[in-house]
This record gives sequence, structure tokens and C-alpha cells, in this order.
Amino acid sequence: MRRLFLFVPLVLFSSLAWFLFRGLSLDPKELPSALIGKAMPTFTATTLSGKAMVDESLFEGEPRLLNVWGTWCPTCVAEHPYLMRLAEQGVKIVGLNYKDDDSKALAWLARLGDPYELVIKDPEGMIGLDLGVYGAPETYVIDAKGIVRYRHVGEVNERTWNGPLGEAYRALVP
Amino acid sequence: MKYLLIICFALSSWTANAVIETYEFSSPELEARYQTLVQELRCPKCQNQNIADSNAPISEDLRRRLYQELEAGMSDEDIVAGMVLRYGEFVRYKPARSGVTLWLWWAPWILLLGGLTLWLGVVLRSRKARVSLDSKKDQIEKLLKDHP
Repeated sequence: MRRLFLFVPLVLFSSLAWFLFRGLSLDPKELPSALIGKAMPTFTATTLSGKAMVDESLFEGEPRLLNVWGTWCPTCVAEHPYLMRLAEQGVKIVGLNYKDDDSKALAWLARLGDPYELVIKDPEGMIGLDLGVYGAPETYVIDAKGIVRYRHVGEVNERTWNGPLGEAYRALVP
Repeated sequence: MKYLLIICFALSSWTANAVIETYEFSSPELEARYQTLVQELRCPKCQNQNIADSNAPISEDLRRRLYQELEAGMSDEDIVAGMVLRYGEFVRYKPARSGVTLWLWWAPWILLLGGLTLWLGVVLRSRKARVSLDSKKDQIEKLLKDHP
């Protein structure tokens, strides 16, 4: 029995080492999303193209992606061609034009192409705030009932679409 | 004369707007609560600053929302709960005393107690060892004296 106490320092050391080692591969910038499993927050906003008013009920019916973007965001340029490809494959993407200027956003879509079913305008960033957006781009997977299923922070590309982001979407599509 | 005016305008300078905006509160009590809350809410983008220190756009938005919610008459608990709902427990610089964050509050005391017990144990044991050694010494001396 006494002997077992000799192992106490070893156990303490290994648990400390395990925590520190795990810490090496954790990204502190990656925040857990508080919204997963919850409904889209309520909002009313106009669309970028027309003067139509939309609210959270627009996410009902079919699974969709919600892509938060802005013309001021360099990674959004990088992911744009991949979003175009996804749209061609029939993935429904709703855009959230986050803290942006209308004319700049329209010019960008005219120049690079428009992968979005529609774009919600959020010039003040208040819808983004309710979503818990802390940077662009962010992409949310929303199911046919309007429940947020996954949140991806950063670029959407081949690699991330093959990863958990795409898996979350594919799980919703029959 | 016209040129002189132009030059005067060109050379004069105005005070620049402060980075951190100020809000007009309807009561000083609200302002006091605002000042406490901006210290206790953490900026999601710049992780080692609270929203009072940070001039990231997201902190600006959070301050504006905080101002609106305070003016709308929401309680501190409701406001913080709303922020936690959006950004997770992460936004609180003063973690809640419930659930998994209880560990943050109790772990130092638990570790301190553990350390004290260990230290006390070691001290008592070494004292006991010394006592028994002392009594042995007495015995030996007595034996030596009795059996020369």
C-alpha cells in the first residue's frame, strides 16, 4: 500500500504533461458556438438586391448554408470561387452581407458571380451579433426547420467541405 | 484675404474623435452599470481584452448593443445571459459560479487544501520519526549504562 504512494508524483506529472500536450494542438481562436442545436435568432432585414423584407422563416423548408461575408474581408475573396462551385452543385446558400457597403457588395457580386439564393443586408452587424459572429467569413449549416447544426469559422474550400462542415450539410440532405 | 482664410483653415486642426465612443445615458445608475459590464464582458475577437479596452469593430457593436439593452430596461443578468447565448461562456471575464466553471472557482482551494494536508502529513511523520529515534537513543544509552 505504502509503495503505491510512490507513484503519486508520476501520476501528477503525466496528467500535467497530457494537458499541456493537448494545449499545443488547441486553437484558442476557435470558440465553441453557443448556437448549435438552437433555432436561427429572429431578425427582419432587407435583401441586398431588392427591397424585399425577410425574416428567420426564410430558412424553413430546405437545408441551407448561411455564409457571412463582406467585401472588406480577404478570405471571403478566397472562398468565393468554391461557393460558386457549391451553388452549381445545387447547394442553397444564403448570404449575410456583414457590415458592408451596398454598392460595393453589389459590384463584387457582379464581378465575381453570385452564388447566393439571396443576400441579407446587415450593415450594422446586429444580425451577426445575434449569431455570435466574431469575424468573416463564417458559414452556418441550417436544417430544414431553421435549426443551426454546424458553424464553420474561416474559409470554405475543398478541404473544409470534405471535413465536418460538408459532413454536417450532407447529413441533412437525403 | 480669401487666401489667408483658406490657409488659416488648412493649418487649423480640430480635436480628433475619441476611439471609444460615449453614450448618453438617461440615468447615472445606468451608466455605472454600463461601466461595470464593459469591464466584465470579453471581446470575442481580441481574446485578452474586455470590450471596454478593445477598439475592434465587434467590441464596438457589443458596446452599442449593451447600451441599447440597458436603456431598454433589461437586468444585468439578462444582458449577460443573452451574450452567453450568442458567444458562449467565453464572453464572461467573471465566470458563472455554476456548472463546469465551478471548477475555476473551487480548484485553487481544493489544490491548496490538498497541499496543506500533504505538508501536514510530512511534518507530522518526520516529527514522529524523530521522537521514536530520540526514545531509541535513550534506550540504547540506558542499555549501555546498565551493561557496561
